[in-house]
Amino acid sequence: MMTQMVLRRIAIGFATLWVVSVIVFLATSILPGDVAQIILGQSATPETLAALRAELGMDQPGYIRYFSWLGNMVSGDLGISKAGGATISSLIGGRLGNTMMMAGIVALISIPISVALGLWAAMHPGTWLDRVVTFVTLSLISVPEFFIATVLVLILAVELHWLPSTAYMTGNETFLQLLKALAMPLITLVIVVSAQMIRMTRAGILNVMSSPYIEMAILKGVPRRRIILRHAFFNAIGPIVNVIALNLAYLVSGVVIVETIFAYPGLAKLMIDGVQTRDLPLVQACAMIFCGTYVVLILIADIASILSNPRLRQPK
Amino acid sequence: MTEINTTKEQEVLAKLDTFDELPDAPPKRRIKLTWVGKVSVAVVVFWLIIVVIGPYIAPFHEMDIEGDDGFLDAYSGEYGTFYLGTDYLGRDTFSRVLFGARNTIGISLLSTLLAYVMGITLGILAAVKGGWIDMIISRINDAILALPTIMLGLIVIAALGSSIPILIGTAAVIYATSVFRIARALGQDIMVQDFVEAAKARGEGIWWIIRAEVLPNAAMPLATDFGLRLVFVVLFISSLSFLGLGVQPPASDWGSMVRENLAGLTYGSYAAIWPALSIATFTIAVNLIVDDISAKSGGSLAKKMV
Repeated sequence: MMTQMVLRRIAIGFATLWVVSVIVFLATSILPGDVAQIILGQSATPETLAALRAELGMDQPGYIRYFSWLGNMVSGDLGISKAGGATISSLIGGRLGNTMMMAGIVALISIPISVALGLWAAMHPGTWLDRVVTFVTLSLISVPEFFIATVLVLILAVELHWLPSTAYMTGNETFLQLLKALAMPLITLVIVVSAQMIRMTRAGILNVMSSPYIEMAILKGVPRRRIILRHAFFNAIGPIVNVIALNLAYLVSGVVIVETIFAYPGLAKLMIDGVQTRDLPLVQACAMIFCGTYVVLILIADIASILSNPRLRQPK
Repeated sequence: MTEINTTKEQEVLAKLDTFDELPDAPPKRRIKLTWVGKVSVAVVVFWLIIVVIGPYIAPFHEMDIEGDDGFLDAYSGEYGTFYLGTDYLGRDTFSRVLFGARNTIGISLLSTLLAYVMGITLGILAAVKGGWIDMIISRINDAILALPTIMLGLIVIAALGSSIPILIGTAAVIYATSVFRIARALGQDIMVQDFVEAAKARGEGIWWIIRAEVLPNAAMPLATDFGLRLVFVVLFISSLSFLGLGVQPPASDWGSMVRENLAGLTYGSYAAIWPALSIATFTIAVNLIVDDISAKSGGSLAKKMV
């Protein structure tokens, strides 16, 4: 039964990915603007336009273009950027690595901090420290990412001169220089993601704490610490893995803002530049990578919550 | 027989009239706010007033270049007082914050309202009709919900360019999806209640049931959720503006103001901080009100669905 549910969920995940590709293709292809027209500009004659359309395969009906685009994308051929004519794979290559590195470091730092703080807040509900944590995290998730980044720049770069205000990388820095360049975007993302994760971990544990077997443990006089660490925590692992996967998915939108502010050479910055120059093939490729990652992470989150549910794990 | 019955009924009814409420009616809901909630209400009301009167009380026009130079300090103007200094072009920051409230909060409010109209209409329709209508709307909805909102926004703007109607429409469609889910869940819950069964048995039409039974019962949870959704929309719109893809210059918008004046931070200008603070005060206050209300009503649906 559980395998069935997981398989079903994976099938839905693939279906979602397919729908995503349709949305991305439709949104960027069925447009008033015509790519050939944009490339050639005002001076285009009808003949050159028709020639370029044929070259780009735009004289074919929409569904054929969709399937050839999808086929190319699946086989790793992401197409050619309109600006400069470089292949998109070559543009994306290094950028993707940079973004993955950033996301990876953020996850490594924020997951232990958030789980510990969330647990700690759940152990002392209602105390003033718990209230401070709740208030601060609520405030942090209510403000835009760029607000947190701006305040950090003001404090750490302008007032204290500790860190540079951009994450410009030349590629041949020493490790310390690299660390210093990355510090600001990393701190911003860690704050954004941790605030959300702390809240969800706390809520997850408190939710488990209201179940009957915990009441039983309380009634038999087990100390609160022990209840949380021995009873509640293991049952909350499923929900917490769920929380972590969800928040890594939220990183997708955080990264867009943070890379722009700090001029970090990542994939999101590339995509924003693509949107500004209306380089649609580039936007399509980046959007597919981001949305694909997001869908996969949500899939992991859902599978984690299926696996962690004992009622599904041991069918009657 | 029938006569006795009617007199008995009248007696019971007469007795019932002596109660203010029916004995088993739920107690009247009264929202009591903590002091944090009250302060937050004051902040939100303040900004809503600024949305309406901001442009009339601003000392300068949002597009007037008043200072000789960018990033002037506060109180250094020759032509008048710049309470908060000037921005990178020498425009009065204080006036632009006042004007920007109309764009940032106004556009967000409009989008959220539109999202609610779409989401509730489709959600209740799906819940009431069920069957294949429900199937189709829900599947499309799930597909849109499965994507990060900022990506959807970027894709649409890459395709259509950015203008205020496109911004409002995009945000409305994106956030209608979550409203739809809540409205549908609420509608399905209400449709199986005894009082709806009773109304159906009485022979009431579908529209009467929606208007008189479903909507009033769904109103409170939806109202709480409105606050949360509004915060998300404000963050969405101002993030797009911050990326340079939302409200276009020279119109003032809090998100784009932060972007324009970010470079000024290094010269010690706070021109980027004021609009950022304005967004923060508004969104935090709305969230604190919602938090206060849902803490009282004990884990509301709205909270669970975030």
